[in-house]
Amino acid sequence: MLSDGDRAAIGLTLQLAAATTALLLIIGTPLAWWLSVTRSRIRPLVAAAVALPLVLPPTVLGFYLLVLLGPAGAIGRLTQAIGLGTLPFTFGGLVVGSTLYSLPFVVQPLQNAFEAAGRAPLEVAATLGAGPWDRFFTVAVPLARPGFVVATVLGFAHTIGEFGVVLMIGGNIPGRTRVLSVALYDHVEALELADAHVLAAGMILFSFVALLALQSLRGAPRTL
Amino acid sequence: MKRRVALGWVGALFLLASSASAGEVQVAVAANFAGPMQRIAADFAKDTGHHVQVSVGATGKLYAQVQNGAPFEVFLSADEITPARLEGEKLAVAGTRFTYAQGKLVLWSARPGFVDPAGAVLRQGTFAHLAIANPKIAPYGAAAVEAIAALGLTGALEPKIVQGESVGQAAEFVATGNAELGFVALSQIAPPDGSLTRIAGSYWIVPARLYAPIRQDAVLLQKGASNPAAHALVDYLKGPKAKAIIRSYGYDLVEPQAPAFAPGAPRW
Repeated sequence: MLSDGDRAAIGLTLQLAAATTALLLIIGTPLAWWLSVTRSRIRPLVAAAVALPLVLPPTVLGFYLLVLLGPAGAIGRLTQAIGLGTLPFTFGGLVVGSTLYSLPFVVQPLQNAFEAAGRAPLEVAATLGAGPWDRFFTVAVPLARPGFVVATVLGFAHTIGEFGVVLMIGGNIPGRTRVLSVALYDHVEALELADAHVLAAGMILFSFVALLALQSLRGAPRTL
Repeated sequence: MKRRVALGWVGALFLLASSASAGEVQVAVAANFAGPMQRIAADFAKDTGHHVQVSVGATGKLYAQVQNGAPFEVFLSADEITPARLEGEKLAVAGTRFTYAQGKLVLWSARPGFVDPAGAVLRQGTFAHLAIANPKIAPYGAAAVEAIAALGLTGALEPKIVQGESVGQAAEFVATGNAELGFVALSQIAPPDGSLTRIAGSYWIVPARLYAPIRQDAVLLQKGASNPAAHALVDYLKGPKAKAIIRSYGYDLVEPQAPAFAPGAPRW
């Protein structure tokens, strides 16, 4: 039912979503934590910047990435200087683009979870002699576990569904940057509608199952 | 409130009345012809009062859109097969096909001196990315693949190929320097006054023997069959003003002849 090319696209998409989600959790956790505790005056600026990909068309992101990551761009010059070459048309470039694109989908659930847990448990832990790192890893993170689940599912699913950024910086290379959404677009444009149906229906099924799982996780009675 | 509605009706009537004399025509244009079409549309508007709405994309993409009911009235393809197929499928008006330009494939780099006048750079492999248009849907992409094969470089170059969804995106990859070089249409890099010496970067005009001629046909689509502005545009494209613009972008003009292709299977 699936061609080799489509199978490669699915594998690549899953790898991209996994790498992006992992990177987002690493970057997003401290960022969300900072947003949830800080009283800094730049907090609204940072929160707004994190939320930007929610409202921007992916083409804006794609365009600036192409310019900035390219050989004449600021980041492109840096990556060339440290021997990485330029990022457009590479898997690494897609990870960078996807990370920016999916950032709010990971940071916001985490931030909400940290805020919902409140300061009290942390203050109790502090009075019991727990240091800041100890408090973060043994109190704050476990309390925010539902937030981590939501962030992981949303970050992963949103990256699977990414299209515009990849189309602009990917270069449609089989096995390297031709992800599922682009492969589907190709099929539609070439009027290979049977192939398009298989991929499109598969993506609907996947997304629905992911969101259904999320709903049942959210709906389960909290045991915290 | 009532007055506003009334004003709205007056406005609508006015628009209807004015559209009777100054018409509008929706045109689907292959990406390589986007530049010349813009200038032709401006002249056409000046000369006839008709307004042209241009949609640019890869030929195959536009074909799929026409098949799915897109409101285009005139189609300027980058090949001769697609208009013939549309005619065969009764989506285009029979007998209105004509060749408006013959395109030239070039290997282009935004960097001066990077592409040598004989195209030997392709064999040296001193680059990471070679941009082409998606050969499945873009005739210039198909021509690029053909030329690469004719040079015997398919195996060597395949891992370096990045695809734009149209020849427009392929050119953009090269223009931003993200791909060191790429196969695009001469019309995309030629300054409109035809002075090839002023092309930015470096280029090699791919010899015509390396790929099948890119004869670009236009056709009146069914949706434009009863629109005088669409007919006027088709005529205008055959006229001296349009021809001068087309030639200035580096296209060859071919004498009108009976269409060579019968409707058939896609061959992108």
